[in-house]
Amino acid sequence: MNRTLDRARVRALLPALSLVAVLVPIFVLQPTTFSYFGIGLLLNLAVPLVLATLAQLAIITANDLDLSIGPFVSLVACIGATLLVHRPLVGVAALAGCVLLYAAVGALVEYRQIPSIVVTLGLSFVWNGLAVLLLPSPGGTSPAWIASAMGYQTPLVAAPIVWSTAIALGAHLLLMRSSTGVRLRGSGGNPRAMRRFGWSLVRAKATLYGVAALFGVLSGLCLLGLTTSADANLALRYTLLSIAAVILGGGEFVGGRVSVIGAVLGAITLTLAASFLAFLNVSPDWQVGMQGAILIVVLSLRVLLQRRGAPR
Amino acid sequence: MNGAPSPAPSDGESASTLAARVRATPMPWLWSFVGAALVGLATAAVFGFAIAGNVVETALVFAIFMVFVGLGQMLVITAGPGNIDLSMPSAIALSGVLGVQWMKGADGLIAAGIAVALAVGVLVGIANYLLIRALRIPPIIATLSSSFIIQSVAITQSRGMPPPPPALQAFATGRLLGVPNLTWIALALSVALALLLHRTVAGRSLSALGQNARAAWLAGVKVERVRAVTYVLSATIAAFTGLLLAAVSGGAALDMGVEYMLISVAVVVIGGTQVTGGKATVAGVWGASMFLYLTNAILNAVGAGAGVRSVVYGLLIIAVVVVAGGRPAR
Repeated sequence: MNRTLDRARVRALLPALSLVAVLVPIFVLQPTTFSYFGIGLLLNLAVPLVLATLAQLAIITANDLDLSIGPFVSLVACIGATLLVHRPLVGVAALAGCVLLYAAVGALVEYRQIPSIVVTLGLSFVWNGLAVLLLPSPGGTSPAWIASAMGYQTPLVAAPIVWSTAIALGAHLLLMRSSTGVRLRGSGGNPRAMRRFGWSLVRAKATLYGVAALFGVLSGLCLLGLTTSADANLALRYTLLSIAAVILGGGEFVGGRVSVIGAVLGAITLTLAASFLAFLNVSPDWQVGMQGAILIVVLSLRVLLQRRGAPR
Repeated sequence: MNGAPSPAPSDGESASTLAARVRATPMPWLWSFVGAALVGLATAAVFGFAIAGNVVETALVFAIFMVFVGLGQMLVITAGPGNIDLSMPSAIALSGVLGVQWMKGADGLIAAGIAVALAVGVLVGIANYLLIRALRIPPIIATLSSSFIIQSVAITQSRGMPPPPPALQAFATGRLLGVPNLTWIALALSVALALLLHRTVAGRSLSALGQNARAAWLAGVKVERVRAVTYVLSATIAAFTGLLLAAVSGGAALDMGVEYMLISVAVVVIGGTQVTGGKATVAGVWGASMFLYLTNAILNAVGAGAGVRSVVYGLLIIAVVVVAGGRPAR
């Protein structure tokens, strides 16, 4: 019993351990990074990925998978770089429309019992197309208030850490500790039971998809604030990275079993992985491959801990 | 993955009788052909028959690549809910790059190049299957991780690439009886796959696995072996496609497979293969490929940009899957 507990605990700590395993070598190899500015630079691009990961997490909580989050984040950045600058009201309306559309898609997926992978695949074409229509070639500018928000220097601790922690805690409280959060997770974990209790699954899924869209919007705006210009293909990688981050963070594909804090750590680990490999002098050719390898190693560790800890 | 087998009464049951009718059709692939024919007729009505004929002819060359990747993806999707092969684009890139490298631009080495490309496919398929089996993770994440690694290998191998041998290029762009050679190859592969799927024990096993893995296992289907062969076949088809793409376009490029990741799933879904697995249709892949290619061509012809085309593609995919509906996947 005790051993099982220990293994379970190690398993729960795996996201944090993988982050340490990437972070410590970076500090050893490049001691200068262990400073306010060093950490700020290393983690600069983590915040948008953290937000995109939480969007993916909301969908995975619903037992679904979102293949359109990358194009969606790009679209948001394009809306931010064009409409939001010139006609702020239209821009806000467009973003709100996107969120509503997302929620409607969630309702549709549940109502018609169709696979989310295919629907979000179709959506990814739609988002990408809209982004290309808005911004045929890379460009645009970031609204001043977003740029200044992203450039804000927090005291003592670097801004990305502050933001990530705040986002992680906020989302954790909402999803894991509030009664609404429990209900939403239940709709992914045991839909039939939830229905028999009289909760609407359509509404639950619409809510989760809507939440995902909100995080997607935040992610796109953050990214725009950092890059100060947009591009229809800006964040396409986020689709796969966000899925990987949720899984790295201990999330399961089925059963609404997710960990907000783990997912945030997973997103930060993936952001750092690139710097880590660069500091190790891994040739750029292999950087993508090493990310795949890291994913496989962490997943293997998880299976090992699971198998010994709790044989099925 | 396939827990609760009893389909709970869904809220969408009363939705539309259209869905029921579509699902009840013995030939789900028919719809994609009807769509393709309608788009073809529309092209003819707007631009005249001569231009429409030209468009259909180019479709026979370029839509063929959609058919190839679609056939591979169809096999994987038929293996049941959650099965999908995201490593196809990277397999296309790696086999194209390695195949062309091994041929060294010489006609005598074509056979060696083809062998290398197919070997790449088999290895990728085995690796995918082992990851899925050993890590017990959904195929989407397994094939995703492997695609990262394959992509890196392809990058390291892509330096100083020779052009494909002239004989291969000539074959890839050549015709037999007025029909492009590639179309013949795709036809042969399709007939072979259709026979395999519908007439052999192996094919029936795949359908059984996709409908209910546990029931298939209880019925004596060698579930794991079928699954392994499915992933190997899909990756091998992708690898072969990579080589053909390199031959047609006069050289292998690292990003030549990228667009086919989404397209491969799209043609399978639009073609009428059951998205939740268990029911494949080879003909549907053809119909859907023609439909998508012709739609693309007509949108191009009326001057719609890449953005509009993408939006139309997306809405088409969503509309088809909404009308066809699904069953509780898990």
